[in-house]
Amino acid sequence: MGEAIVVTSGKGGVGKTTTSANLGTALAIMGKKVCMVDTDIGLRNLDVVMGLENRIIYDLIDVAEGRCRVNQALIKDKRFDELYMLPAAQTKDKNDITPDQVRQIIESLKPDFDYIIIDCPAGIEQGFRNAIAGATQAIVVTTPENAAVRDADRVIGLLEKSHFPSPKLIINRIRPNMMKNGDMLEIEDICQVLAIDLIGIVPDDEYVIKAANSGEPTVMNVNSKAAIAYRNIARRILGETVPLSQLEEKSGMFRKVKKFLGMG
Amino acid sequence: MAGKSYVTIKGIKEGLVFLLDDQCEFVTLLDELNTKLDKHEQQFTGPIVHIFIKLGSRQVEEEDKERIRSILRRQGNLLIQSIESDPPAIDPNVKLAPSLHTMTGIIRSGQTVEYSGHLLLLGDVNPGGTIKCSGDVFILGALRGAVHAGTEGNVDAIIAASLMKPTQLRIADIISRPPDEWTSAEPWMEYAFLRDGTMAIDKMTSLNRQRKEVMQFKGV
Repeated sequence: MGEAIVVTSGKGGVGKTTTSANLGTALAIMGKKVCMVDTDIGLRNLDVVMGLENRIIYDLIDVAEGRCRVNQALIKDKRFDELYMLPAAQTKDKNDITPDQVRQIIESLKPDFDYIIIDCPAGIEQGFRNAIAGATQAIVVTTPENAAVRDADRVIGLLEKSHFPSPKLIINRIRPNMMKNGDMLEIEDICQVLAIDLIGIVPDDEYVIKAANSGEPTVMNVNSKAAIAYRNIARRILGETVPLSQLEEKSGMFRKVKKFLGMG
Repeated sequence: MAGKSYVTIKGIKEGLVFLLDDQCEFVTLLDELNTKLDKHEQQFTGPIVHIFIKLGSRQVEEEDKERIRSILRRQGNLLIQSIESDPPAIDPNVKLAPSLHTMTGIIRSGQTVEYSGHLLLLGDVNPGGTIKCSGDVFILGALRGAVHAGTEGNVDAIIAASLMKPTQLRIADIISRPPDEWTSAEPWMEYAFLRDGTMAIDKMTSLNRQRKEVMQFKGV
């Protein structure tokens, strides 16, 4: 039985879809059988980021309304044999499907996959409730901005109420220089407010934009710092103990030394 | 016996229920019990009758229960099954001195806690989270959200927090907006209170000067 993980954030534009695409791909690179499900009905993006837009025949709503079987709607990735995605409908909206229908679809996928990554739409309304319905684990994505942290906090509250005992946190789009100068929220401060387990930090990387535009997930490029961060997160999902990626490790060590010398 | 009767006797399937008035003097009650038994002497002879005594809201000592028993024992056929009082009712005075309620957890953005009385939170209040409380609020943790103490107009209510970084504080109908009006990032515990109708912050140890509660210390 596979594990269904929902990627959510509350605020839009913090990188849910990018994170979903990259975690899905990274888990596939590590030999897992993965299905990504886009629940952002009406504003689907995951297919674009994955470069699979032109292969869509059926979508989530078609499955929910019985126009096709779930296997017919799955799109196999062009790069990996064990990576699939279930696209959202573009012509409908979030109210055209119910949490129960999504839960049934996710349940029907579980026996065939190791991981099901559910890309959640922004907001906390019906779309959010649909996305979390079938999931057993949640990853909350935020960026080092007050607004994003505020919304992440709201979403964590809702997740805890919906019986997700321990959601995990990804801090996305970190600019190490700004953080060092104190122009950006510190990782420690964010973790202190949100008080959930940090599963990874991802540096802001221009390559992510380039990759999304060309339909190639960032993790494919081993030279990208963000790619390394995403691979590390995937390894942590698999249960490995991986130290936080280098930008953090360096500053963390540096800070510890400074503290030790009484300068911090 | 003029006026109200203090002892009511009711028959039930199992025997007799004695409903004793809970407002009158206990002595009056015993007197009337005696009179009643004398009056109905004939009825209380014969086969054994089970007696259930209900004292209403009156709480009595074992000694007084014994006095009731001894009166009833005069009638050989009365077997006392129980002497009961209602569980102590909620005293209306409790409202004047609200109890302290303890809560554990993080109050996150969008979550609101409302409580009538004093509240002790073991955890944080995050930005966007709210506590509304008719009494005092004590937070063992960081206060980054909004707290309204003394919601029913109590201007003596206080708000205390280990880390005082609220987005908004209210006591009674006074609203204060840090950091526009004041800031605090002191490493010790502080509390907010109303001084002449405006919000003020002080360290926790100053509270007893304001409240002037008598503390009784034991020991030397």
